[in-house]
Amino acid sequence: MSDQAASLRHPSATGNADADTLSAEVAGLIVQALNLEVAPTQIAPDQPLYGEGLGLDSIDILEIALVVSKKYGVQLRADSGENTRIFGSLRQLVDYIIAHRTK
Amino acid sequence: MIAYRAGVPVLVSQFLADAHRLMRSFPVCTHVLNACTDRYHFTVGLAAALATGRVSLLPSSQAPQTMQQLGAFAPDTICLTDETDVSMVLPRLLYRCQSPGASRDDVPATAAMRDVPRVDEAQLAAYVFTSGSTGTPLPYRKTFGPLLRCMREGARRLGLADGARWAILATVPPQHMYGFETSVLFALACGHALCAERPFYPADIAAALARLPRPRAFITTPVHLRALLGSGVEPPAVDLVVCSTAPLAQQLAAEAERRFDTRLLEIYGSTETGQIAIRRPTHTAEWQLWSGVSLELEAEGTRARGGHIEQPTLLPDVLEMTGPESFLLHGRVSDLVNIAGKRSSLAYLNHQLNSIPGVEDGAFFHAPEPCGSHTGVTRVAACVVAPALDAARLLEALRERIDAVFLPRPLLFVARLPRNDTGKLPLAALQSLAAQTKSAAPA
Repeated sequence: MSDQAASLRHPSATGNADADTLSAEVAGLIVQALNLEVAPTQIAPDQPLYGEGLGLDSIDILEIALVVSKKYGVQLRADSGENTRIFGSLRQLVDYIIAHRTK
Repeated sequence: MIAYRAGVPVLVSQFLADAHRLMRSFPVCTHVLNACTDRYHFTVGLAAALATGRVSLLPSSQAPQTMQQLGAFAPDTICLTDETDVSMVLPRLLYRCQSPGASRDDVPATAAMRDVPRVDEAQLAAYVFTSGSTGTPLPYRKTFGPLLRCMREGARRLGLADGARWAILATVPPQHMYGFETSVLFALACGHALCAERPFYPADIAAALARLPRPRAFITTPVHLRALLGSGVEPPAVDLVVCSTAPLAQQLAAEAERRFDTRLLEIYGSTETGQIAIRRPTHTAEWQLWSGVSLELEAEGTRARGGHIEQPTLLPDVLEMTGPESFLLHGRVSDLVNIAGKRSSLAYLNHQLNSIPGVEDGAFFHAPEPCGSHTGVTRVAACVVAPALDAARLLEALRERIDAVFLPRPLLFVARLPRNDTGKLPLAALQSLAAQTKSAAPA
């Protein structure tokens, strides 16, 4: 509980074990949900998920948004109108989940 | 008013001033490839093009090869864009955002900028494109008069000609024929107001709808509808839901009517024909054809003509006429692929796959339904013989040629394809090969 509270205060902190565990878990969810042609460990933390890089498209992103909302209670929002910013990389997605998760 | 941005009205006078400013900044050109992602910017671009006799090109995708081909289609094309970071092969005109309150140092709004330009009914308004089977996008002419007539009939059928000023929010891009008609042209032709944003995430869609005054209409697709209703976000009440681009499950239609507390109408149409029929799926499976449009059974399939249809078009579906103005749909002609409203054909995808250096043989096919998909989208799969290539390089080459939604999942590398004596590839043979073959994913 206290670890999670610390993560909430420092949403961009990435070196800690919680973020690493979550990162591996989210990578697994992505590969499983999208039936992707890569292994979860092959998704580098800073590799772009959208377009070039992992090659996800907007339907994939909607699919992940739903998986993430069910698993972590996070409703993804794109206030800037940029749908894909949260999906800039696995790290950015994980940071977003850490900052907004309710379960 | 003509639009809402973040729930704030944009007045017609502002729209006219923005269009007049843009008209003055057009360089010498007769075609405008309108790539604006903001629906209001797109509409200003369309109006400015119409008013100056320029033809708008509406790209079905913004893949680099498509953009290049559209540039070749009309050599004097400029690309109107509202994104600064887009790499672009065509000469570019950047839409300058002039938000209310921003300084307008260049041109003050004058009385002349409140003039509503007249547009001739015979004017060529736009070209929309479908992907041809040979790799070159096929253009379809859209003349201003027939487009307007199509919109008036559509508004009448959808209940949008009731004298009220509707606010319209759409999850489809303005360049797609369905989005072009229902979000942009309805606003221009019927005096309704479009929503500049195209919200994407379920929570954003619900918030954007809630900000709009009533009556409000929600224009969407089965993918977005399924995602919204499955997200746990409670949608606000709206006064009309319109769905198109892919078949909508009856169950989903019923749930949408219950959760949005309104009726859901489904539109049948195509890029070539525009909207031609409508139904309320919770009441009937039968489609009602629009006035003046007729369907004729021919040797190759069903052809639509008449009414606002500018070129008689072979429909991509199997139809059964149940009356002079009603029909049932019995699925797609099998070669066609429709993923989330983006259309292609297996022939086209195969052509692109086999034109990649290093590919000796290859074929796309309909993958079995994925289990557990939340969006209900089924992808296409491909088998390929390409000993000199790896998955990453092949996918990269494909991405340059086809829209990303058609990238194969799974992509299977095989020693040879199960062609029969006549060189054909039976679907069953491909699917059984796929079941035996490990996909390109490392274990």
